[in-house]
Amino acid sequence: MTATDPAKPAPLPLDPAIAPPGTRNFRDAGGIPADRWHADQNGETLVPTHCCFCGVQCGMYLRVDNAGKVFGVEPRNHDINRMRLCPKGINAYQQVNHPDRLTSPLMRRSRYEEFKEASWDEALDFTVSEIRRIQAAHGNDAFGLLGGASLYSEKTYLVGKFGRVALKTRHVDYNGRLCMVSAAGANKLAFGIDRAANPFSDILLTDCLLIAGSNVGECFPVMTQYVWGARDRGATLIVIDPRETAIARTADVHVPVKPGTDSAFFNAVLHVIVEEGLTDEAYLAAHTTGWDEVKKTVQAYPPARSAEICGIPASQIVQVARMFAGADKAMAFHARGIEHHSQGVENCLSVINMCVATGNLGKPGAGYGTITGQGNGQGGREHGQKADLLPGGRSIMNEEHRRQICRIWGIDEADLPPAGTSMMEMVWQMQRQEIRGLIGICNNPFVSLPNYGAVKQGYDTLDFHAQFDFFLSETAANAHVVFPVTVWAEDEGVMANTEARVVKHNKAQEPPAGVRTDTWVMCELARRLGVGDKFDFAGSREVFEELRIASAGTVNDYYGITYERLEATGGIAWPCPSTEHPGTPRLFEDGRTYHPDGKIHMQVVEWHPPMDAYTEEFPLSLTTGRTVAHFLSGNQTRRLGALVEQTPRPWVEVHPSHGFRDGDPVRVVTRRGSEVFPALVTEAIRPDTVFIPYHWPVPTAANALTIDALDPRSKIPEYKVCAARIEAAERVDEVPAPPTAPGRQAYPETQVSRTDPLPPTSSQGRGTAERS
Amino acid sequence: MMGRTIFIDPGRCIGCQACVSACRECDSHRGKSMIHLDYTDPGQSVASLPTVCMHCEDPVAPCAEVCPADAILVTADGVVQQADTTRCIGCANCVNACPFGVPKIDLQAKLQMKCNLCYDRTAYGLAPMCATVCPTGALFYGTLEELQAERPGVQVADSFAFGDVVVSTGVAMVVPADKVQWPVPGGLPVVEVNGVDVR
Repeated sequence: MTATDPAKPAPLPLDPAIAPPGTRNFRDAGGIPADRWHADQNGETLVPTHCCFCGVQCGMYLRVDNAGKVFGVEPRNHDINRMRLCPKGINAYQQVNHPDRLTSPLMRRSRYEEFKEASWDEALDFTVSEIRRIQAAHGNDAFGLLGGASLYSEKTYLVGKFGRVALKTRHVDYNGRLCMVSAAGANKLAFGIDRAANPFSDILLTDCLLIAGSNVGECFPVMTQYVWGARDRGATLIVIDPRETAIARTADVHVPVKPGTDSAFFNAVLHVIVEEGLTDEAYLAAHTTGWDEVKKTVQAYPPARSAEICGIPASQIVQVARMFAGADKAMAFHARGIEHHSQGVENCLSVINMCVATGNLGKPGAGYGTITGQGNGQGGREHGQKADLLPGGRSIMNEEHRRQICRIWGIDEADLPPAGTSMMEMVWQMQRQEIRGLIGICNNPFVSLPNYGAVKQGYDTLDFHAQFDFFLSETAANAHVVFPVTVWAEDEGVMANTEARVVKHNKAQEPPAGVRTDTWVMCELARRLGVGDKFDFAGSREVFEELRIASAGTVNDYYGITYERLEATGGIAWPCPSTEHPGTPRLFEDGRTYHPDGKIHMQVVEWHPPMDAYTEEFPLSLTTGRTVAHFLSGNQTRRLGALVEQTPRPWVEVHPSHGFRDGDPVRVVTRRGSEVFPALVTEAIRPDTVFIPYHWPVPTAANALTIDALDPRSKIPEYKVCAARIEAAERVDEVPAPPTAPGRQAYPETQVSRTDPLPPTSSQGRGTAERS
Repeated sequence: MMGRTIFIDPGRCIGCQACVSACRECDSHRGKSMIHLDYTDPGQSVASLPTVCMHCEDPVAPCAEVCPADAILVTADGVVQQADTTRCIGCANCVNACPFGVPKIDLQAKLQMKCNLCYDRTAYGLAPMCATVCPTGALFYGTLEELQAERPGVQVADSFAFGDVVVSTGVAMVVPADKVQWPVPGGLPVVEVNGVDVR
């Protein structure tokens, strides 16, 4: 029977004998260390920091023993996650002292040699001599630099500066190009600012939540608490996704659109909203430009037409329109599902048009947001790591912006290179030998870029390739020089999460002997290239001071954010122009955008089919995505035993109508290649669509099959749809073990991924909870 | 039902296994997870369900009742503890007796292990590690009032019928508000739901 709960029980007496070692004070204080950092009784320290993985940036404590080594994790009652963590966050600490860590530079003069451990001087000197040789023979732009959005903002700032000032090359880009640049492009076109409009807490206040192309449950698990909080208040939930994901399973409406048809769907929704008179005309008249053209365009998308394009019932379009426009306050969130397309920017704009037309903006519980995939996907491009951006989100094409930055950097305007090309375009330039040397910093394009064949060919054509990483990634294993750098817990720095809230990560342990910070390596390379005076930074704190000044007065204003304020507040959303400014968690509250005229510039969106044409030979859509246990290219998570055990290998999700049984070897063929995966037969996917998670390298890499078509504006690859066929095969392809440094044995706990040919046991591909 | 306990809400479970990882990380049996995560209808649905120890109250926890070595102790506040290492003989009687399939045996160590509701944490007012981290609230730790304050109208059950035997538990399960009297599909008839005899 249930339970009527008696009055609140008296607190149990505290018995020191049963307290776990070292955490007494922490626990006594109800989850926050009584004296903040030191919950020390037996030498244990709790260091407040954030997870290194996705854009939610959950707060956590790292447990540090009395020898100064990270050995565990403790949930932290931070605003963002309120103690919650996902399996990646719980296991993240295990990579800090992982046996696969690189602890010495690796070097070889050609790809035909084996790696040998080298001294830092040797590796740095060789790299500098190669940079000089290539640039002297082929020009400065023959050397490229690719950064990463898992780096702290200080380091991404330094990547941009290092590329332009030390390498003097135009070819600087970053792996956030594969993440949310479509959303960024759309937001900038419509609002003049590149970030989500609302904090997570606004989700709790909404009446209707629309989630498009985002497997929130697996990719951003901790965000589901906000979704459920809204549901508890009675909010309706709409999910647009070709797969019935865990969050779609419980939605009021799940619209299983065919991959690559999102803007046709949203145009039809707006068509119905207009037809039924559900637009907010007063808001449109006061705050927008371009509405008449948008209204005219969506007339061409009646529900019947879009229903046919999207492969769904027309009634669902009407239902979504009424539900979204009829709600008092509605919010729309999207992620890579609608952004990873050759029309990614247009897809995002079609969602923005829907929000704006219904006046859902600038209020608690009403707005839009893009959910960042990488931890610093948001902050990673704000300070000059992207090909076309300078610090503070300034445009590299804008004369005034160039002048400002040259003044701050102390260089001649003529020496600042023009805009470069995007990450995938740089690979094509490598194939053509226009780029002959490359430094990659904490990225793994061999797994993360589409069309692996082209990527491998491009990297193999390079005369010289250096990588920074803390594990030997598949890409680093192909390099000439590998610099062993710190993991997130060995340095301090800031990241901007999905809400554009800047949070501070703290240093929990000293790096192992032989390992340096990325900051140190870049500054040392710059010194040897003769520009050491521009890179005289002792650490992140000094870089951040320069970053603050470089961003002052721009839209991406960090000037008012200091390390001390971040530690005291738990995070500040930019823009924050002065040290007294509280930050800007919610945009457009005064109805003004960041365009000079203060208006929302609505953009016309026309749907066009995906770039890879369906034919009789390739009739199905292949789409890709993540699984909850792994992160991006898997270089980190494929080495953590618990996560490998949870999801040891990729699979292909197919509908039962294709006649396969669970575990059958299925060959997936596209115009780029073919690979064999075990089948996971499920009704949770459209019959005309197959799905493969993308965290593994060849021969089990979804990205050996995906197409390298790009969105013309954002240059994001079309990962989420290409034409494919499936056929029966003999045996599944085996997952290779992650590469390790020469002389090291692969970590045994990760070997399960090599030997387990079994398909996953559930529709979401998760393994059994315990293998025993 | 004890005052402050775990409530399991399968409707919110996303199958992420954060609870499984968290259980592995907590101090009382570090390195081993005591949580079962089941996929209830693979092939048709992505539904999943975590099972922690239900901390049976009535009759006295079956695992403790059948233990020949008196190794499984029940505390005054109703927490069924994992086996006392000085007493456990690894006979696995508890594994056979548990109607929820919870205890695990380490055959080499001849030791039973199970969820002890993170006694090391709850004794100090903290939630168990699994319920602390659960991203969706599928595992909630608190009182029924606290649960209902967060989720208005929520219905819970803390008695389960196994044939003629009804087991009341210290841990409760959230059940759909309109389906509180549904028998378990393919299962045994429901005898009592929320204090009402439904025979």
